[in-house]
Amino acid sequence: MLTDRAPIVSARLGHEDSHTLERYLATGGYEGLRKALSMTPEQVHEEVNAASLLGRGGAGFPAGRKWSMLRKASTTYLVVNGDESEPATFKDHLLIERDPHQIVEGTIITAYAIGAAQAFIFCRGEFALGLERLTQAVNDAYAHGALGPSILGSDFSLDLVVHPGAGAYICGEETALLESLEGKRGFPRIKPPYFPAAIGLYGEPTVVNNVETMSNIPWIVRNGGAAFAALGQGSSTGTRLFALSGHVERPGWYETEMSKTTFRDLIYDPKLGGGVRRGRALKAFIPGGVSAPWFFPEHLDMGLDQDAVGKAGSMLGSGSVVVMDETTCAVRAAWRISRFFHRESCGQCTPCREGAGWIDKILRRIEDGLGREEDLDLLLDACDNIAPGLTWPPRQTTICVLGPSIPSSIVSGIHQFRDEFLLHVKEGGCPMPPDEVRHV
Amino acid sequence: MSETTGTGELTVTINGKQVVAEPGELIIDVAERSGVYIPRFCYHPRMKPVGMCRMCLVEVSSPRGPSLQPACFVPVADGQEVNTDVDGARKAQEGVLEFLLLNHPLDCPVCDKGGECPLQDQAMSHGPGESRFIEEKRHWAKPIVLGPLTLLDRERCIQCARCTRFAEEIAGEPLIDFFSRGDAIEVATFPDRPFSSYFSGNTVQICPVGALTSAPYRFKSRPWDLEQVETTCTFCGVGCRIVAQSSAGKAVRFLGVDSDPVNHSWLCDRGRYGFEAIHATDRLREPMLRRDGELSPASWNEALREVGAGLRQGLSSQGPTSIGIIGGARLPNEDQYAWSKLARAVIGTDNVDAQLGDGLPAEFVASLPQATIDDACAAKAVILLAGDLHEELPVLHLRLRAAAAHHGLLLVDCSPVPTALSEVAVALAPARPGEAAALMAALVASDDEVPEVPGVSAAAVSAARTVLSGLTGEEIVVVVGRTSVAERPDSLAAAAAALAKGLPGVRFLPALRRANVRGAIDMGLAPGMLPGRVSLDGAREWFESQWGSLPSGRGLDTRAMLEAASAGTLRALVLLGADPLADFPDRELATRALERIPFLVALDTLPSASAQLADVVLPAAGFGERGGTTTNLEGRVTRLAQKVVPPGVARPDWVIAVEIAERLGVDLGFDHLEGIWEEIEQVAPAHRGATVSAVYGQPGDGVVVPVAAVGLPRLAPARLDPMATPGIDSVITQGAPMFAGAAAVGSGGVEESEVIEEGGAAPAELPTESVTPSGPPRPSPLAFDADSWPVPAPPVPDAYSFRLVTRRSLYDHGTLVQASPSLAPLAPSQELRVRPRELDKLGVADGDRVRVRSARGELVLPVAADEAVPAGVALIGLNLAPVDQPGATALLDSDEAAQPVRIETVEG
Repeated sequence: MLTDRAPIVSARLGHEDSHTLERYLATGGYEGLRKALSMTPEQVHEEVNAASLLGRGGAGFPAGRKWSMLRKASTTYLVVNGDESEPATFKDHLLIERDPHQIVEGTIITAYAIGAAQAFIFCRGEFALGLERLTQAVNDAYAHGALGPSILGSDFSLDLVVHPGAGAYICGEETALLESLEGKRGFPRIKPPYFPAAIGLYGEPTVVNNVETMSNIPWIVRNGGAAFAALGQGSSTGTRLFALSGHVERPGWYETEMSKTTFRDLIYDPKLGGGVRRGRALKAFIPGGVSAPWFFPEHLDMGLDQDAVGKAGSMLGSGSVVVMDETTCAVRAAWRISRFFHRESCGQCTPCREGAGWIDKILRRIEDGLGREEDLDLLLDACDNIAPGLTWPPRQTTICVLGPSIPSSIVSGIHQFRDEFLLHVKEGGCPMPPDEVRHV
Repeated sequence: MSETTGTGELTVTINGKQVVAEPGELIIDVAERSGVYIPRFCYHPRMKPVGMCRMCLVEVSSPRGPSLQPACFVPVADGQEVNTDVDGARKAQEGVLEFLLLNHPLDCPVCDKGGECPLQDQAMSHGPGESRFIEEKRHWAKPIVLGPLTLLDRERCIQCARCTRFAEEIAGEPLIDFFSRGDAIEVATFPDRPFSSYFSGNTVQICPVGALTSAPYRFKSRPWDLEQVETTCTFCGVGCRIVAQSSAGKAVRFLGVDSDPVNHSWLCDRGRYGFEAIHATDRLREPMLRRDGELSPASWNEALREVGAGLRQGLSSQGPTSIGIIGGARLPNEDQYAWSKLARAVIGTDNVDAQLGDGLPAEFVASLPQATIDDACAAKAVILLAGDLHEELPVLHLRLRAAAAHHGLLLVDCSPVPTALSEVAVALAPARPGEAAALMAALVASDDEVPEVPGVSAAAVSAARTVLSGLTGEEIVVVVGRTSVAERPDSLAAAAAALAKGLPGVRFLPALRRANVRGAIDMGLAPGMLPGRVSLDGAREWFESQWGSLPSGRGLDTRAMLEAASAGTLRALVLLGADPLADFPDRELATRALERIPFLVALDTLPSASAQLADVVLPAAGFGERGGTTTNLEGRVTRLAQKVVPPGVARPDWVIAVEIAERLGVDLGFDHLEGIWEEIEQVAPAHRGATVSAVYGQPGDGVVVPVAAVGLPRLAPARLDPMATPGIDSVITQGAPMFAGAAAVGSGGVEESEVIEEGGAAPAELPTESVTPSGPPRPSPLAFDADSWPVPAPPVPDAYSFRLVTRRSLYDHGTLVQASPSLAPLAPSQELRVRPRELDKLGVADGDRVRVRSARGELVLPVAADEAVPAGVALIGLNLAPVDQPGATALLDSDEAAQPVRIETVEG
């Protein structure tokens, strides 16, 4: 059931001036920071552990645990990942544009907890307004005494730099982000070392956290980790900002309590998605971003719960739910997603660089009616050469996980809608209606 | 072959076979050692692994079950199980190869790489056999000109980053990089910054496909039409091991061989593409005699008779001291020895000098406590007191750069003008020209008595001292070379002596630029020196017992010979591949001397400016046209091999020496190269133990002399890695066999030669004494005497003067570069570089033309503002003027401690 409770990260978004320092201060802004500075870093860390806040960037790794993995060193960096660039994912965009101070405050508190004296927010370069507001927020925070030397009169000092990305999706991958931040080409780093917490920015131990993760921190410190953990259930605690898009009546962002809300609530509840458009039947939906395997109507009653979704063979990922109604062409959907990965492959390692383009071309050919029956097995085998075994979570022949993200939509599509794929081949073209473009 | 050496600390199982390995070793290397080849593209044994191409995926056990891991990136772990040939690994490898070939044009029949292509080879050995790709391939315009010598076919490129990584990691010149992303990624240069690295050819050599081609070799041959021999490059003193490849009797390509102590498979472009000079159209093909003032062709008989007559006339009129021999640094050791013996034992003159006043004193070089290149790279600190190694000895620059940039070598650059190595140096203390000794004395002075060094800031001296503090002499190597020909070499010798005194145990690596000048000094082509690093006087008895008579006293060096010639006391002069007009740092003196000398003989490969003044010109066989051995700057003797025939009737220099001796009525006793080496080993004290079998039977790395001090080298096991130097192995397997005697790279030969199995530099067992016990004792090679190199008087200060520093360019107007069509246009134009502040004081702007004036002469040339040039110094390029025009040497007086010059504005 959908729970009726005050939102955490989107609390201010209703205000027209939610991005300003004035509004922020008027709504409890920087109180979390004040409280944190009255605590020891360890106590702050403990609150976040108690909240069992899962990282909101996609992998869902507990934030507190990530902080604990830091290698002891004289220099530690905090990097906030705001390079949100995936189709259908727009929750960080919202937070950056509409509540930048919340991110800044979360960043300062986190830096305090992990002992970083320098932090960076890597913000997607295309977020023109977001960059402007985030930069303004950082400047305001300096003026307010919340950044710079002796923050709010304490012994703690921090510098925070907003760094605009240069237009590559891959820089959302944390090691590519670090390379880019260092001024290098955005190639993901090869593992080992496995975690930036050991060797991160400029070779120093680094925590990389997502914008939404940071946005939760001030609330957790103000209200205590236990209050956060009381929301949701199991390991999926707190609330989460979901980006709902596709064939629903009310696409948009919704902050709901994790786990207790179901996909059916999110898509059909009149206060949320409001149902599939034009009352059509649901064909499939993507539960957590375009790299996640698809779900189907039988999954509707599953909670928005990280473990449950994972156990069912997909992921909650970036919290983007894409709805596909019965008129959706599975081939076209898979092709669109593959084309995205093709264009965004960094080109560093062979399977993804070459495989993504090949898969894009094959799907396009099938959609155009030039497919062959053996193309289905070919597609699956090409995918298998990027993600051996086509398991979930995937194994990989590549350096990073962009490559193994490619097969999800193809495997889902071919397994669930094999006949539809074959119909393209048999009929020499797409049997589904053309896209309905929604004009707002 | 045996795969384990027993020093390992962990055991891994590779394809079911247990292998001992050391921690940190990569799976790919350990597998290779155990005879298991794992396919690869991006991995190169001389570069850091990046794991990009994914070709080397193998199944590796882990606590969470087996997973696919890149063997080039993952180090071995104890108890690890690696399977390279199971279904999972094979499928991954086939998958990667299929991916790589999707957009590859498969134009092997017209591709230079076809037949020696790792992509082709591994597609056969590890690929799926056929492609399932029916879409249209990616297309690119091609070829792209990356730089003056390098072209790129982007369709063939497999994005392994070997080239870009080489440029950044090894050369330190990141002029090429990836642009764009995904499958649109391409290797490209930055706008207006061509790939003009001196090391560009290495990227072509290690490219695992036909994407990179070189202008000089492009479309010249197919691998199966090539023949090759392993030999040593003699374009500078580093002595890089190469294979010389020929097709239809023409040298068409040189490739670097991975010689561990020397060049790690890298070459500079001058060496790599210098093969073009072998087939220069103006090569001397037949002897020439001056008749009625004109040089005209003659037979060998006529020419040699003329030489004999000319020398005899000199001998009879003014005795042996009226005859001189200049040059010989380009000759192989054997030829040098023959000429050394001809001069001393037949003609009776000690007027021999292989150096043209542009090197270091021969006694100094011969006696220095020596370090090898490896010693320098492995030292804690290196003091650099030399010219710009990037220009003079490029691969030594690479070795030192890698050591400093990646392996913690502390480099102190004391060269008078910062060099290309300065950027990786931890301290910069440019010595004032002519006064290096004062700086070195300050570096090693005790803390409480550090003297002030004229022209060097106290901060710079202190920074350099800090680097060296706490280090013992044994931990320091000094790379000492002729910093500039505008200062006298004795100040450098005094500088080295100061270091030797202040840092007991310090060793020296002489940065000798000319190819075999080390060999020339070792063979006694220097006044007062005899073969084997001994002095004429010190070894007189021994050599008289070996050679017969010797000149009565020390002879003249090049400068003194030229002075004697211009004074009319020298009657005959032989130029052994020397061109004093172009190279002697006092053009005016050289001109006077060669115009005045009554009888001038030139042995050369090309008609140099000096040779054109000769009475007799004798055509010599050049590089690649004759065998023998050469000695690099560290004293390493390696084999030279013949690959092509000399043009016309040109002959090796040693044969000409034998012939001339015969015309003088003496049989030198040589009829084959090994015979000469046999005599060298027996006669030359430093070469004792470097037997014919050790030197001639030795493939690869050669023998460092004196053998008694360092021992014979241990031979490295053959490499299994055909991807490291693709063009070499393929010719071994499909081209013509290697030159008989020169063992093939990687196989053969090894068993037959004398291999010291363990312990590396074990002292060689010296052969039993072959001289009768009653004869004179064999002298020892010269020992370094720091007291024999006094500090010369400093230059007289002159407030209005700049001190001139000359700098060489890799590409210049020298004969060999200009005889290589691809390299000739790359020589930069001549300019003067001065600190911007000093230009302001002169009222001269960057780019203006100025007049540089010295007591000797003047030059008008453009001036460039250069912040790196120290105050009071004017930097000028050497050998950058066209041959018929005066260059920097026109300003030089070789007797100046540091050449003073004035800079004047030019009207209009």
